[in-house]
Amino acid sequence: MKSYLIETGNGRTQTRVLETGAGPKLLYLHSAGGVVENDPFLEALGQNFHVYAPSLPGYLDSEGADNLRTMLDFTLWGFDVMEVLGIEHPVVVGHSMGGMIAAEMASLNPRAFKGLGLISAAGLWLDDYPMPDIFAKLPFELPDLLFSDPALGTQIISEGYDFGSNQDELVSFMTRFQDETFLQDFLIKNARRMGTAGKILFPIPERGLAERLYRATLPTVIVWGDSDKLMPMPYAEAFQRLLPHAELVTIAGAAHMAPYEQTGEVLSALGRFH
Amino acid sequence: MKFTFFHLMAWPHLADDFREKHHSVWVDVPNSLYDPARGHDVYHNYLDQLEYAEQCGFDGIGVNEHHSNAYGLMPSPNLMAATLTRRTSRAAIMVLGNSIALYNPAVRVAEEFAMLDVMSGGRFIGGFPVGTSMDTNYAYGTVPTETRERYAEAHELIIRAWTEREPFAFNGRYNKLRYVNIWPRPLQQPYPAIHIPGGGSVETYDFCIENTYSYSYLSYSGYLRGRDLMRGYWDQVASRAVDESPYRAGFAQVICVGETDAEAEKLYKQHIDYFYNRCLHVYPGFGEAPGYRTIKTLKRGAIPQLTPKGVKTLSQLSWKELLDQRYVICGSPETVREQCEEMIKDLRFGNLFCLMALGDMPDDKVRHSTRLFGEKVMPKLRHLWPDYADDNRFWCRPVANRRHPDQELRGVA
Repeated sequence: MKSYLIETGNGRTQTRVLETGAGPKLLYLHSAGGVVENDPFLEALGQNFHVYAPSLPGYLDSEGADNLRTMLDFTLWGFDVMEVLGIEHPVVVGHSMGGMIAAEMASLNPRAFKGLGLISAAGLWLDDYPMPDIFAKLPFELPDLLFSDPALGTQIISEGYDFGSNQDELVSFMTRFQDETFLQDFLIKNARRMGTAGKILFPIPERGLAERLYRATLPTVIVWGDSDKLMPMPYAEAFQRLLPHAELVTIAGAAHMAPYEQTGEVLSALGRFH
Repeated sequence: MKFTFFHLMAWPHLADDFREKHHSVWVDVPNSLYDPARGHDVYHNYLDQLEYAEQCGFDGIGVNEHHSNAYGLMPSPNLMAATLTRRTSRAAIMVLGNSIALYNPAVRVAEEFAMLDVMSGGRFIGGFPVGTSMDTNYAYGTVPTETRERYAEAHELIIRAWTEREPFAFNGRYNKLRYVNIWPRPLQQPYPAIHIPGGGSVETYDFCIENTYSYSYLSYSGYLRGRDLMRGYWDQVASRAVDESPYRAGFAQVICVGETDAEAEKLYKQHIDYFYNRCLHVYPGFGEAPGYRTIKTLKRGAIPQLTPKGVKTLSQLSWKELLDQRYVICGSPETVREQCEEMIKDLRFGNLFCLMALGDMPDDKVRHSTRLFGEKVMPKLRHLWPDYADDNRFWCRPVANRRHPDQELRGVA
């Protein structure tokens, strides 16, 4: 996997790009959790696609988050990445927050893309299914919310930190917070990532996308874990209703983090694009 | 020294098992727990106590802003301050403050503070808190990373609205106004003294120094835990080569006074316990939305006041720990004087915000403690900073010929 920094936003942002694989070009936009170097889902995507995965300012060592404020800024950042890298007519795929950005890009300029893949995408709000507030969750509460297998979730989310999965273990986690170096490092990383995410997801992850999706006339695949507790299936159905040419693929036994739980199934759902 | 009787206005009827049964005292505490019929009585008791504090000799009476909070029943402190302008006539009226990032357009704060200043005859002192994450982000929905940018813009707009004498256009990112033209404008010139409640942000230290605002640390953790933060502030003051007037700083402290140490414990212990163990039961996930604090501050190692650990300990402290670690200054007038003096000198501040009406403390006990502090403690602490006796940059400047509606109401004047 290649990894390099590029200048974006006319120098106002610096973007870390991970690049891997061979095949049709695919622009991958990450979730609020971000991706890591040698991310297992990116590696898997690379089996079928030539993957470009830029990290938003605030993620990895991408900088310039102060210059991103509105949904339009995030959307144009995505186009800037394509421009700088010279990626023409790729498939654009986004997971969760990345799906929200991908859907905006496709609505703004559907002809720029070969296809759109939305995996557990954010961007809509249904009053009947108010989603839990991920900005008010403690680390130990996230695995159960985001994964159908909380043990796997804990491993992925913790990046090596043992957050524990219940109240007793939380206490030992909190004990580690007394180590100021640990606390500071954790707070900075979390504030950088979720600070950026909050610009389009806080307090309600909705910035008018529903009114623009009619423009996204390109071939679209919606991929959704059937046990997503953060954004349950009605969200997938709402995307399908609003998008002109969307197919919905439901993944059994997967939750919000479907790409990491049922990697193979998610890959085959995107199969029509290669 | 300037002493301000500061009221939080807690809901005093939280059940014994509140902590066990409820997620948080703030943000998502269901308002089914609030009884408006009892609330009527509670508000009037609390306002009476603020008015009583003036009679006991306090220099100021203070209120603040919280939202969705069972220990802070003042979503609009300006309403409370407005009633106080009619029922008092000597004490400074402090609104500490309005979370200016939340008002759109922010000229609303310029207008209401100006109204209070005019109504009170120049007794008004204002505050511009950034606002806690619970209030600003979770209860009022401000995007965390936008909080400080909105704050800075609101501040610029308010100061210009107060000082310019012709209508002007303001093209902010968040406030776009073709005509800024506030009526009324403040009585105190150029505008009232401003205090800034801070929680350790480096940016806030500088902001206070640059604008000649008083920096206030309003925590419930007591002065031993406030040391690092206040030293950080004074180091910054020294590095900026401005004067080191103690009135550049204020500090909030829980204080309870009895005739003796034993009486104080007997009278107040259960209410202090209510405050720390029920009122401060804040869900750690609401402590600080990611992005609320700047990366610069996090890198300087400022540990948030409401880390999960902080909250857990705050709501699980024993009485002895509360006293020994000076979360609470509680005892006879002499004990309270001694500990207050040590605190004032150690932290170096000229504005003491006395938290004396706490949790479910009944009216008679609040008055007993307030009276004893006014009669027996305050006089002995008043002259701690003789070199700065003439520094009125951080206090109100009332006009001499102001009305005394409190006395007119009673038919005295």
